[in-house]
Amino acid sequence: MNRWLLWLPLVLFGIFFVAVATGLIMPKDNIIESKMVGKPMPAFELPAAIEQQPGLSSADLTKGKPTLLNIFASWCVPCIAEAPQLLALQRAGVEINAIASRDTPEDIANFLNRWGNPYTRIGTDTTSKVQLELGSSGVPETFVIDGDGIIVHQHIGDIRQEDIAKLIELLEDAG
Amino acid sequence: MKRFLVLLILCFATPVAAQTGLPPAPYADRQLDDPIQEAAARDLMEELRCLKCQSQSIADSNAPMAGDMRSQVRERIAAGETPEQVRSWLVERYGNWVSYNPPIASAVTWPLWIAPIILLLAALWLARGRFRKTKDGE
Repeated sequence: MNRWLLWLPLVLFGIFFVAVATGLIMPKDNIIESKMVGKPMPAFELPAAIEQQPGLSSADLTKGKPTLLNIFASWCVPCIAEAPQLLALQRAGVEINAIASRDTPEDIANFLNRWGNPYTRIGTDTTSKVQLELGSSGVPETFVIDGDGIIVHQHIGDIRQEDIAKLIELLEDAG
Repeated sequence: MKRFLVLLILCFATPVAAQTGLPPAPYADRQLDDPIQEAAARDLMEELRCLKCQSQSIADSNAPMAGDMRSQVRERIAAGETPEQVRSWLVERYGNWVSYNPPIASAVTWPLWIAPIILLLAALWLARGRFRKTKDGE
């Protein structure tokens, strides 16, 4: 019995070693997924972010057609990276609405002039109020919403080339 | 005089214009007028995790998003919500992750509460063995 106990420290060290090694090899991902996926869109109403386009309210997202809701900001670098993919989605016939996070009208207009404007409506969320309602923790994030306003999917981070097909599939399934 | 002018110019160094050009949310850095409500909001903010800088509470963090969360907490408490209602509003959206006071009766977070008790009991058990041995030895 006691002879077996001699091995206990080594076993404990082994457990410790494995724990540290896994932490090093696969660092913890700190992405916080929204718990609102599968739930209806919370009610909100946001004023227009730029003069030329209407603002966004939750009622705009329950018109029977699946849509994308993109949260972006002019100060966000990955938002520039995903701009071509959003334009490609728009060309594919997807309706994309947007929430501009903590931004000014001039900066938003400059951003859209420079990187393209794939949006139907853009609401401005200067105090992150709607972003918190959505369980979103940063920019860019994109929500897939079905025609009844139910959140089907949350895409965290920039949309890459390889994500387009999946988003279109999700939109078709939601239709 | 020249030196004074140089010092004056230094006051307008670039950091003045850095960070965000947008003013913070109304109650991000402003206390509520009612001291009881402010104390309740303050206590809750210490227990809510910042979404951007994940090891800080929103009371500790300077991230703009943490400011927006503080403002939401204060506005909701000023509107008559209890701190627990505000907490569950956030937990509903971000999961238990957002709270530094995790529930005992949850499949994931119960070990956080039970593990210290188990470790303490194990330590007591080990210490007990030690005491008995010295007694036997005498």
